[in-house]
Amino acid sequence: MPKVNKMSETIKLTVDGKEIAVAPGTTILDAARGLGVEIPTLCYHQNLKPTASCGICVVEIAGSPALKRSCCTPVENGMKVTSNSRSLRALRKTLVELILSNHAVECPTCVANGKCELQDLANSMGVDFDRFANVVSDKPLDESSPSVHRDPKKCIACGRCVTVCGDMQSVAAIDMVSRGFDISVNTFFQEGLGNSSCVNCGQCTVFCPTGALRERSETDAVWDAILDPGKIVVVQEAPAIRVTLAEEFGMELGTVTVGKMYAALKKIGFDHVFDTNFTADLTIMEEGTELIERVKSGGLLPLITSCSPGWIKFMETYFPDFAPYTSTCKSPQQMFGTLVKTYFAREKGLDPARIVSVSVMPCTAKKFEARRPEMRDSGFQDVDHVLTTRELVRMIKEAKIDFKNLPDESPDDLMASYTGAATIFGATGGVMEAAIRSAYFLLAGKNLDDLDVKAVRGLEGIKEATLTIPAQGLGDLTVKVAVAHGLANARALMEKVQQQIRATGKSEYAFIEIMACPGGCVGGGGQPYGSVIADRARRGEGLYREDKGLAKRQSHENPGVALIYEKFLGQPGSETSHNLLHTCYFERSLLKGDCVREVTKKHAAGHHG
Amino acid sequence: MSIYRTHILLPVDEGTVQAGVFEIKRRLESELKARKLQDEIKVLESGSVGIVGKGVILAVYPDRIYYFQVKESDIVSIIEEHLLKGRIVAGLAHAPVAVMAPEQAGARVGLTREQRRVVLDKSWTVDPQNINEVLAAGGYRALEKIFNDKLSPEQVIEEVKSSGLRGRGGAGFPTGLKWEFTRKAAGPEKYIICNADEGEPGTFKDRLILEGDPHKLIEAMIIGAYAIGAGRGYVYIRGEYELSINRMQKAIDQAREFNLLGENILETGFHFDLEIKKGAGAYVCGEETALIESLEGKRGNPRVKPPYPVSHGLWQKPTAVNNVETLANIPAILSNGAGWFRKIGTDKCPGTKVFTILGHVEYPGLIETDMGTPLREIIFSFGGGIKGGKKFKAALLGGAAGVFLSEPLLDVKMDFESLKESKAVLGSGAVLVMNEDTSIVDMLFSIAKFFAHESCGQCAPCRIGTRQILNIVYRIRRGAGRKGDPETLLQLAETMFKSSLCPLGQSLVMPVKSALNNFADEFAANLK
Repeated sequence: MPKVNKMSETIKLTVDGKEIAVAPGTTILDAARGLGVEIPTLCYHQNLKPTASCGICVVEIAGSPALKRSCCTPVENGMKVTSNSRSLRALRKTLVELILSNHAVECPTCVANGKCELQDLANSMGVDFDRFANVVSDKPLDESSPSVHRDPKKCIACGRCVTVCGDMQSVAAIDMVSRGFDISVNTFFQEGLGNSSCVNCGQCTVFCPTGALRERSETDAVWDAILDPGKIVVVQEAPAIRVTLAEEFGMELGTVTVGKMYAALKKIGFDHVFDTNFTADLTIMEEGTELIERVKSGGLLPLITSCSPGWIKFMETYFPDFAPYTSTCKSPQQMFGTLVKTYFAREKGLDPARIVSVSVMPCTAKKFEARRPEMRDSGFQDVDHVLTTRELVRMIKEAKIDFKNLPDESPDDLMASYTGAATIFGATGGVMEAAIRSAYFLLAGKNLDDLDVKAVRGLEGIKEATLTIPAQGLGDLTVKVAVAHGLANARALMEKVQQQIRATGKSEYAFIEIMACPGGCVGGGGQPYGSVIADRARRGEGLYREDKGLAKRQSHENPGVALIYEKFLGQPGSETSHNLLHTCYFERSLLKGDCVREVTKKHAAGHHG
Repeated sequence: MSIYRTHILLPVDEGTVQAGVFEIKRRLESELKARKLQDEIKVLESGSVGIVGKGVILAVYPDRIYYFQVKESDIVSIIEEHLLKGRIVAGLAHAPVAVMAPEQAGARVGLTREQRRVVLDKSWTVDPQNINEVLAAGGYRALEKIFNDKLSPEQVIEEVKSSGLRGRGGAGFPTGLKWEFTRKAAGPEKYIICNADEGEPGTFKDRLILEGDPHKLIEAMIIGAYAIGAGRGYVYIRGEYELSINRMQKAIDQAREFNLLGENILETGFHFDLEIKKGAGAYVCGEETALIESLEGKRGNPRVKPPYPVSHGLWQKPTAVNNVETLANIPAILSNGAGWFRKIGTDKCPGTKVFTILGHVEYPGLIETDMGTPLREIIFSFGGGIKGGKKFKAALLGGAAGVFLSEPLLDVKMDFESLKESKAVLGSGAVLVMNEDTSIVDMLFSIAKFFAHESCGQCAPCRIGTRQILNIVYRIRRGAGRKGDPETLLQLAETMFKSSLCPLGQSLVMPVKSALNNFADEFAANLK
């Protein structure tokens, strides 16, 4: 490394009289934070490009007649910044009063209550609520989507959701329409999220500061089922749920509370508490078999994972040519749903018509996935209701459960055993790591030396790894894999693969994992409001800790999975498996998101071309 | 080319088109033909002369006689009397207009008052659709001079800098400096944009240039492109200016034919081409960064500044955005020299300014006069004073984003600096005159309504602030104002000034503050 003069690379300024030297390009806001000076913000989010909408973060700069938005103004040498003054405080109060006058103040019933960034500002600044006439939009609630609902009355037009959808996810299903006071976040032709290119990922809900974007709530339907004596209500929880509930009940971020989770679900009144981790392990058996088969038989590669329903709709819309590459495996949620109304019902001698199958997911797209018309292989809708983490938290609170002090309980048997490989499904790279562990074992006949595949962990947008597997009978197999999370990263990776295939007929990758949400499911669109990306890494670390502490860390070691193959499915990739655990894909229109044609047929796995 | 003894000019603008100028032209041509005069007398369409509300205007040259409110039934007598016998037609409204003589000064008022026309010199005397005529009248001479004298881009910038020319779009930023920043900004690809999105209420100055002398703009943009090192330019014209767009397009096509645009211009090795982008009518797109966004095909939202367009403009490349009137000064500066230009106007604001005079005056219309001309002169001399013998009450300067001035400020000099001292703005050069019967509350209501309608909605202070100001002014107008409303209005406007992202939200403070300060009684009378 050449020596650099550090002084020439930094910019010196003062904030409230305190001096700091920062790198060029740093914003005033970040420089102030470096000094421990917190400037109030509203539209700004540390993980998003500033939209400069609200004006709350303005500061005074000596010698400049204009105030500057600290969120997007780069520092300059010798700048003297004042972050608070009587006039700044009065100005910020007026701004909050203006924004409140244009916001449906429904705090007691609002899903964002307690986490609302506008509520927090208004409350702490002591604003005059009645100062300005109420001028709330009369635009109707958008309930067209099975996943995400949008309330224009609560929208403060900060533009975060537009940035998330366009920049982070490269979907751009929404944008600002109209102008001035009539401005609203809307879809193409304003036909609602449910009739758009929205992939239902729900990242917009997580970043919305005011609860204008939320999940379509199914808590009432679930309570109704629980309170119906004629129904048998069965619940599964995704890997990422066990590591997110803690932070919502005053425990440390990243704490795994799997025993409390089971206990809370039982207390709420679910008749059978199982675990999606079970079908996560099953997914590895099916998908791993599919991968090995494709590698051995020269089938279409790369194989691309199919666990993330946001990614699946994205693929169907933007990369339909990759449907045949995508694993035919259903997601763990849908495998579970099918098996509850077939395997579980048969084993327990229950009428599947009486079973209500509920899932708890970190995800809003799972609500869409459960309602896909092809997801009825049990003869019924396989998963009846999908709750997000946020909805489960509300149910736990409604049931007045002291979650933090709840004694651990165990799940019911049959469909709840899991290995560490299943738990890490909740973090980006987890499915890949789990697949590598089992595929290595299945091909080499022995375990990986180190089960931690660190190359595919962490928050880097696109991760790659190259493995050499001493495959029995095939010699050394060198396999290159890639992992992408966040759909903008997914798009970049897929475009690269597309180019490789166009140029040389094949891609350098054998296996690709894609998760729609940055960070994977721990960062899902159904996770708590108000988190930042760094929190997602800590949730992921919680999952890796649980994995490390488990005796069994490879999917093929799961005894329940072995049992279901023995009793019900036969072997991975069997006809029964294909009938129940695999699916097909469609091409979707960019304008409305509806199906244009079926690209892959069901039961056609491994027989392409 | 044939020689004609007489030219008849028919100024074509939105107003004369509505009054039937094309019908008159057809009739005139057929009557001339019937008398076999078509080889003696030439009928031409020119740009607007700047006179409005006078119906179809017909000018006879070289006599310099202007007939107003011309009807088809007048044509025969104009031909028989004036064109054949040389007698001005009695009974038809007419005036000798003397705007052709820039160095004279006279005491006449209204339409007959002499003007110094630098930017509008050709826009009403030549056929803008005929490049030969433009060339004969001195078009593209500045460009010719630059190429013949082999002036370097830096020398061109230096000339513009020393001329002291300041942007006529409203902010008054030194044009030479803007060009220098753009030239010095890193990157091989640069752009020049002409901001012709004239949207300031009561302002039609750019239209006169676009319609009457588009070649002057093209010449100026070629010079600007040469100076900053741009290979491509855009004229962003508001979509409603159909005539401007047609004339500009025709001029661009002709300039291309003459190799004034395109590859290797006049065999100098310099390449530059130009195209028109139509605006969709949003006021905010007159703001240069919103204009650039719109040009890129996006929603016309203002950008966060810095960075400024001079370094990060169109497609994030260095870009100079200049107003039509600003550019229209460039050829004259390069032809006559910075020293000549500096002699016109004031020391800090050299040159002329085009003013739109409208409202309760005898002669509404467009005039060009020296920077620093007192407001009183503009209203009472050029504008002919208050219509119908009423008393003067107020003038709104600079369009909707302007300032209400009352009687005591009538002697303010109309240039950037003097107005700034009087807490007013020159803005686009609109002078809206109000007589004693005008309600300032009503006026402020229309302005508030305009801003609420035109706010882009991107930033909260402007989006909601304009709405709340409108609400409050509305109730004051109804006589239901509340105690404290004027103070709230001031505080709101001040908040918007300090925290809005772009000049749209920042400028409502000017009409609000000046109306409340200068006409406080009117507001107080409407509070409960």
